[in-house]
Amino acid sequence: MTQELAEILAPYKGRRGSLIPILQAVQAKLGYLPEEAVVQIARFLGTPESEIYGVLTFYAQFRTSPVGRNLVTVCRGTACHVQGGARILAEVERRLGIKEAETSPDMEYSLETVACLGCCALAPTMVINTEVHGQMTTKKVAELFSKTKGEGQG
Amino acid sequence: MDTVTLTIDGREIQARKGATVLQAALDANIYIPTLCYHRDLTAFGACRLCIVEVEKMRGFPPACTTPPTEGMVVRTNTPRLQELRRNIMELILSEHPYSCLTCPKNLNCELQSVARYVGLEQVTLAPIYKNLPIDRAGPFFDRDYNLCILCGRCVRMCQEVRHVGAISFTYRGGKALIGTAFDRPLQEVSCEFCGACVDACPTGALMSRADKWQGPPDSEVVTTCPYCGVGCQLKVKVKEERIVSTTPVPEDIPNHGQACVKGRFGIAEFVHHPQRLTSPLIRRDGQLQEASWDEALDLVAARLKTFQPQELGVISSAKCTNEENYVMQKFARAVLGTNSVDHCARLCHAPTVAGLVQSFGSGAMTNSIDEVGRAACVLAIGTNTTETHPVTALQVKRAVDNGAKLIVANPREIDLCRFATVWLQHSPGTDVALLMGMMRVIVEEGLADSAFIEARCENFDSFRQSLQDFDLDFVERITGVPRDRIVEAARTYATNSPATILYAMGITQHSHGTDNVLATANLAMLTGNVGKPSTGVNPLRGQNNVQGACDMGALPNVYSGYQAVANPDIREKFEIAWGCSLPSLIKEKFDISWECSLPSSPGLTLVEMLEAASRKEIRAIYVMGENPVLSDPDVTHVRETLAQLDFLVVQDIFLSETAEFAHVVLPAASFAEKDGTFTNTERRVQRVRKAIEPIGNSRPDWWIICQVARRMEARGFDYSDPFDIMEEIRYITPSYGGISYQRLEDGGLQWPCPTEDHPGTPILHASSFSRGKGRFIPLKYIPPAELPDEDYPLVLTTGRNLYHFHTGTMTRKVAGLNTLDPEGTLEIGPSDASQLGIVQDVKVRVSSRRGELVARAKVTEASPPGVVFMTFHFAESPANILTNPKLDPVSKIPEYKVCAVRVEKLQGI
Repeated sequence: MTQELAEILAPYKGRRGSLIPILQAVQAKLGYLPEEAVVQIARFLGTPESEIYGVLTFYAQFRTSPVGRNLVTVCRGTACHVQGGARILAEVERRLGIKEAETSPDMEYSLETVACLGCCALAPTMVINTEVHGQMTTKKVAELFSKTKGEGQG
Repeated sequence: MDTVTLTIDGREIQARKGATVLQAALDANIYIPTLCYHRDLTAFGACRLCIVEVEKMRGFPPACTTPPTEGMVVRTNTPRLQELRRNIMELILSEHPYSCLTCPKNLNCELQSVARYVGLEQVTLAPIYKNLPIDRAGPFFDRDYNLCILCGRCVRMCQEVRHVGAISFTYRGGKALIGTAFDRPLQEVSCEFCGACVDACPTGALMSRADKWQGPPDSEVVTTCPYCGVGCQLKVKVKEERIVSTTPVPEDIPNHGQACVKGRFGIAEFVHHPQRLTSPLIRRDGQLQEASWDEALDLVAARLKTFQPQELGVISSAKCTNEENYVMQKFARAVLGTNSVDHCARLCHAPTVAGLVQSFGSGAMTNSIDEVGRAACVLAIGTNTTETHPVTALQVKRAVDNGAKLIVANPREIDLCRFATVWLQHSPGTDVALLMGMMRVIVEEGLADSAFIEARCENFDSFRQSLQDFDLDFVERITGVPRDRIVEAARTYATNSPATILYAMGITQHSHGTDNVLATANLAMLTGNVGKPSTGVNPLRGQNNVQGACDMGALPNVYSGYQAVANPDIREKFEIAWGCSLPSLIKEKFDISWECSLPSSPGLTLVEMLEAASRKEIRAIYVMGENPVLSDPDVTHVRETLAQLDFLVVQDIFLSETAEFAHVVLPAASFAEKDGTFTNTERRVQRVRKAIEPIGNSRPDWWIICQVARRMEARGFDYSDPFDIMEEIRYITPSYGGISYQRLEDGGLQWPCPTEDHPGTPILHASSFSRGKGRFIPLKYIPPAELPDEDYPLVLTTGRNLYHFHTGTMTRKVAGLNTLDPEGTLEIGPSDASQLGIVQDVKVRVSSRRGELVARAKVTEASPPGVVFMTFHFAESPANILTNPKLDPVSKIPEYKVCAVRVEKLQGI
């Protein structure tokens, strides 16, 4: 990993202001920001580890634990909420056997919620990886997951 | 004038340009409530409590970020402001549990004071409890973030002032929390446990455990820290005759409210440690047994009388006060009749004294600690400043913050390397080659300050000749530093003015230590970096009063103020002043008939004394507050020597490893139990003030020596207190002439300070060198005395770390410090370790030609290939069993920094 990181970091040498792009690049490569990576970034930039941790815990986009092969994001925005978003979330949790902000032990799924996906007309909504699913029902959740699960395992 | 005039609350006030309205108000003793402001930190503008009304300005600007302008009219306390502040306080308090009565900070809490000032009567917002567990894992302070108001003082203190960054704001919004990287415990991040965060915290979130539930102290005394040579001013809080805690004094030079873990948390526990010696001990039937003061003192006096002067040696102490060192050397010379008085400066900065006297005429730090922060270039060579002089390191980091270039020359990757523009990782013992190489570049590239050399220096031509030996191919080969880096360092040092040099034991503790010192002096003179602010050659002294012990003449060749014993006029001056003569009893008994009554030839140095003792030429030694069994090189030999002495007196606060060999042990009072002065590394004489009565039956060192002297029929030892002694010192020591206790009440004074109206001398050699002209000294490269070979293939270099001090007599008594650093380790680089099959934490045997020991391995990239490192703090793994007693021919310092060792993994562990 050291070599991998060094390659990502090389273009940023001497640019202390580049912390966020660096974190994004590292996360894009590794899927998350492990402790060892943060230690190396801190050394590379001459920035305290605590400061980097402060930045990466501030932004919702950064994660410090690995994400499953499939990322499920359920919307909890106002429109989705009134259309039964909470039920959708509960059903996803039941199906996957994990709670919000958790990853299944087999690393197949990670589950997140967001405040609004920005497609309220489709409420209630959820996203699996990059694909948006609108006007969700618990039945649709059941269908989706048997399918996705199959894909993921295949 | 760089001031503006403004009106605050109807008062006309002059404010510095660049200050803020808040600072202007505080300077004028006008209170404005604030929770996030701190005098040593940049303005933050977070708490919004310092809002003020300014005429012709919209809204309510915070005073802490508003610059004053000419004619500005400010109001700090209007009903409208107070109402706004109450709203802000209410928001803060809704997230702060209102349980003052069970809070350890109660009655000493800034949040409480501000709430009272704004007149908040009730909090109507719904309370939010964070329900966070209290972190009690650290050794010295608890962290209860339920009480935290996120003012950020701790974070900023850790980052801006200490440059550590152990903590930061983490998470966001309602979940925001002060935390470490990945919420690791403080012990597992870079925290140095300096306590600056605790002292900055306005609430009970960060509390020193020692202070908790103690309530207000009975008394508070400002004194000087007893650990290193920085001389931090500490406030000692006393309750019921016990020291509760020690905290740095915010305003005082040299530490400006900062301390290190030892001064902040490592004092009360050793002072009150149950193992403190509380009664004199006399060896009877092979055992040290308690005795009365009369018995012990009579015995010491009677036994000392039976030895001839040349059979006696005295080891004075860099831990004791100036007054005590003065009395000790007077006792050695006037009562025992020997100049063989020395102390551990021999083992740290003897080359500094020998070297800088040749070059400049004075062997002390040329400039002051504060000036380092204003330098444009800092060369830190042979000093791990962050660990050994933590508060001085803050000035180095401040300089870098202000744009200075930092050159670190050190074989090991020390903390300062993080801040360095250039890091010269030279092989141990090759400093002369490195510095001469730099100087050759400076001369060849025309970067030398020829006007300064012409006007202020001498012997330049022969020095320049000696540079011929140091072409960069040779220097690169010897030092292992790539030539372009040497060139870069040379240019950086020569072209960024003012440039200052800091050094410590990495320069001095070599068999050519004096040459190393001369090289630094040459470099400073070559570039005109002497005698001006923020320049100079600055040896960082290790012990709290090693400068003072030297100044007081606890050296074999000089009286106080470096007045030579060999000079008959000076000798006569001291004879008259001391009104002394050897006791007639001794004179008759040994048929002594000196022309003068004080001995005229310089005595033996510390290491020579022990050698003479091993040859039975020295038969009795009087040791005050030193521990040669751990601190001297080749300690196996030292132990054998001490064991065969006819008489050994040890005066100490603990039964040290050395005291275990003594015939009589005299219990001394610690620094907290006596008055006096210490002289710090920058020649600043500072007061030591008595905070508590001596523990048990212990007595101040000066009292004990005087008692022995009087029992030997000596005159001139009737001092009633240290003030009397200081008056005598002033009278007879020109450089201390103007330093009186009365003047020291207003802060320390830097010698030379010859008269009562002299302000002291922060910068030496300003208009001319102490010796007249600065002398360039030609140098040759001499390799270390013992180099690695087949049998002993690694270089061992020794040193100190942050958590312990010297032989650990004090710090090893502090539980928290032992938790942070429990045992001596052998630091070894990953490549050497893997070659030897050594992994982290395994036990290894380290052996040299002189002895062997067992320690745990610490595999670290800080150690370069071929070099291993140990501290000398631990009696269980005493590094000085291994070190080489080979002496520098000029200053007689042993070569602690380089010896050849073999490292083997212990089987079965």
